[in-house]
Amino acid sequence: MKPAKFEYRAPRELEEALSILAEVGDEGKVLAGGQSLVPSMNFRLARPAVLVDINGIGGIDSVTSSSDHLVIGTLARHVRFERPVTDGPLGHLLALAARKVGHRPIRIRGTFGGSLAHADPAAEWCMIATLLDATMVASSVRGQREITASNFFKTVFSTALEPDELLTEARLPLLNPAAKIGFVEFSRRAGDFAIVAASSVLDVEGGRISTARIALGSVGGTPLRSPAAEAVLQGNVPSGELFAEAGEAAAGDVEPMGDIHGSPEYRRDLVRVLTRRSLQASTEH
Amino acid sequence: MKHQVTLNINGSEHEIFVEARKTLADAIREECGLTGTHLGCEHGVCGACTVLMDGQPVRSCLMFAVQCNGVPLRTVEGLADGDDLHPVQKAFWEHHGLQCGFCTPGFLMLATSVLEQEPDIDDEALREVLSSNLCRCTGYQNILIAVKAAAEEMRG
Repeated sequence: MKPAKFEYRAPRELEEALSILAEVGDEGKVLAGGQSLVPSMNFRLARPAVLVDINGIGGIDSVTSSSDHLVIGTLARHVRFERPVTDGPLGHLLALAARKVGHRPIRIRGTFGGSLAHADPAAEWCMIATLLDATMVASSVRGQREITASNFFKTVFSTALEPDELLTEARLPLLNPAAKIGFVEFSRRAGDFAIVAASSVLDVEGGRISTARIALGSVGGTPLRSPAAEAVLQGNVPSGELFAEAGEAAAGDVEPMGDIHGSPEYRRDLVRVLTRRSLQASTEH
Repeated sequence: MKHQVTLNINGSEHEIFVEARKTLADAIREECGLTGTHLGCEHGVCGACTVLMDGQPVRSCLMFAVQCNGVPLRTVEGLADGDDLHPVQKAFWEHHGLQCGFCTPGFLMLATSVLEQEPDIDDEALREVLSSNLCRCTGYQNILIAVKAAAEEMRG
């Protein structure tokens, strides 16, 4: 339960961090909040030769709005999102999700970018990024590139980031001010990882759903959208029956794995119920 | 390679010389001799090792001592003023907020930080915060009662 030896580097500037990452390649690991990395180092599941601590770098924890995006600096801590960081449904959605990220001491240290880069399929921020098809910005000495969520998450704990790249920000598209957002998750104890999580965004125009997005967490190697449930909703009048039908469709869309926390059948049933509840909740506030 | 680190704990400076892999929790206990901070799970689940960093509760098993150079830290040893217990400590005693005592330092630090920042915290929010740490003896009810009693005393 003690980490293996590593070399500790603590750059004060982003450029310096990027050169260290370029120099150490596969041997390096970025330390942000450390709330997932340090446990796996304590278990020696992770044994990075070089730890690049980015906590001393200024200016990479900002949260700002542009005309169409919320731009989240990689080092923004989870706790910051517990109260809406922006007006409208996006800030509210992030606040619902933030309160489900671990416990308060974890939220005080853990970071938005660290969670995305860790790519746990049960993580709230990974599901939100998938729901909104967020854009991730990866920086390296070679330059900057943008990666959309659907290309970013590869499988469990695996992303499109190259060893020399640092995830520097995530851009979440702002939502229509009248968008209806839902976020629900189920876990056995407060603060545990979700056994299944579901989230949704609906735009309703003239009484009918004009766009529907559903994302599910903890049902596969990455968070998933449910095209079948979205198709059920699209163009229809919101109702309890419609939401139940969308839940059924979502359950048919997933092939969850079983583990100690729940069998595949159990998880599929949770998808059915939680998708419905997320949609229902979204139209009630 | 070892690093020269100054840990500022409860207002006292401790000059230590540690490997980077030394967790803050181990440094506090082994290098500074402050064994009030307990280690339970060593992977961030139980909260027994909770200390305050800049007034905020953190899991000291999930930080490295090298990350805390010069940062103000508080541990359970800093709560009492000589023989006078901190209101949170007194309330845990009076309301049986502990049995074996292993989780207690973590709960005391967590509760202290919450009451310092949100003296008027409501019951639901307080339960949510206290769910951060594990206790295997009390069933949590007496911890909740103790923290609420301490809140009342601290508000005066």
